Parts: sequence; structure tokens; C-alpha cells
Amino acid sequence: MYFGRVVGSVWATVKNPQMVGQRMLVVQPLTPELKNTGKPLICTDSIGAGTGELVYWVRGKEASFPFSPQEPPIDTTVVGIVDEVHVKRPVPAAAPARKNSRKNGPC
Amino acid sequence: MLIARVVGELVATQKHSSHEGRKLLLVQPLNLDGSDRGDAVVALDAVDAGVGDKVLLATEGFSAMTSVGRPNSPIDMAVIGFIDHIELVEGVA
Repeated sequence: MYFGRVVGSVWATVKNPQMVGQRMLVVQPLTPELKNTGKPLICTDSIGAGTGELVYWVRGKEASFPFSPQEPPIDTTVVGIVDEVHVKRPVPAAAPARKNSRKNGPC
Repeated sequence: MLIARVVGELVATQKHSSHEGRKLLLVQPLNLDGSDRGDAVVALDAVDAGVGDKVLLATEGFSAMTSVGRPNSPIDMAVIGFIDHIELVEGVA
């Protein structure tokens, strides 16, 4: 699954009959630190996500499973709305070492 | 499967029913030297991993679904193991 933000919607009047009634969202992929990464893409919506919300989506054949037993020809579907993100990355190697720190000492 | 590190957790109340009862982890795939390999992804937890753990990441639907015991559900990534040690042969890897 991938993490991102809904930044818009797409309407298509002529489309595959199995996709009739489905909402399509423009989603911008994000890093865990909420910075944009990569290019936006279109996902169908299976949970009622709206513009501005943080979401995660699934890619591949699995994207059609929320619409089972139908098998619409889609490859990305939003499957969850994210309420909170807790990130704790390891301290980058470039971070300045603290003075008198035992960890960074010579012994 | 990829080597990865758990860098965070997501909280989502509104999600597909097959994701309920499993942790949602933010996972950063890694290169062999430990540097980041592409962007972080979201994976369901099948082994009770936590932030900071080095893990094995399944990145395909069938393996991810079966590892969390939810067949035919929209799951394409799962943390399926902890990595204790990686041994590389010099000059070959």
C-alpha cells in the first residue's frame, strides 16, 4: 500500500460499464514526513475519501477486490482514510554529535 | 521480498474491513548497505513488528494476503518477518 493525499477528483462520462458510479480521485503520493514525492495518480474510491484527506491506497489486481463480486478494470483504489501518522525515523548520520555524549565518545 | 525498516505507524478508523485488527506500518525499503531504497510504503503487520525494527517486506498481493490470513482482500504489502542478520560474501554481492 502507498501513502498520500487526495488533491482532486476526476469525472469521466464515457468509461467501462463496470466503473459506472465509481468516484475517481487524484492522489499525490507523500513521504511519511508529508512531503510530496513522485507524480499524482488517479485512484478509484472504496471508502468515501474527500479532497484534502490523507489516505492510503492499494495497487494491482487487489485494487478491484473492494468491489467484489464485480471485477472493474482498475489498478489503484483508496482503501483507508488516515487519521494520524506517527513517524520515528532513526537519527540521520549527518546530524551533529552532542558534546560529552557517551555514545559518541572515543571509548 | 525486500529488506525494510519500520519508520512509523498509521492510524485509520475508516478503512477496508479486511484491514481491521492489524497494525498499519510505514515501512522504508532498504538497500544492502542500509541506505533508503525509494519511498516509504504502507504495509499490514503480520508479525507484531514495531518502529525501528528491520523486517522482511512482502510486496505482492498473494503473499501479503495469505500472511495476514485475509484472502481476496485489498492488501498488497505486508511485514512478514524480522531480520536478525544478513551475511554477504565479499566480491560476490
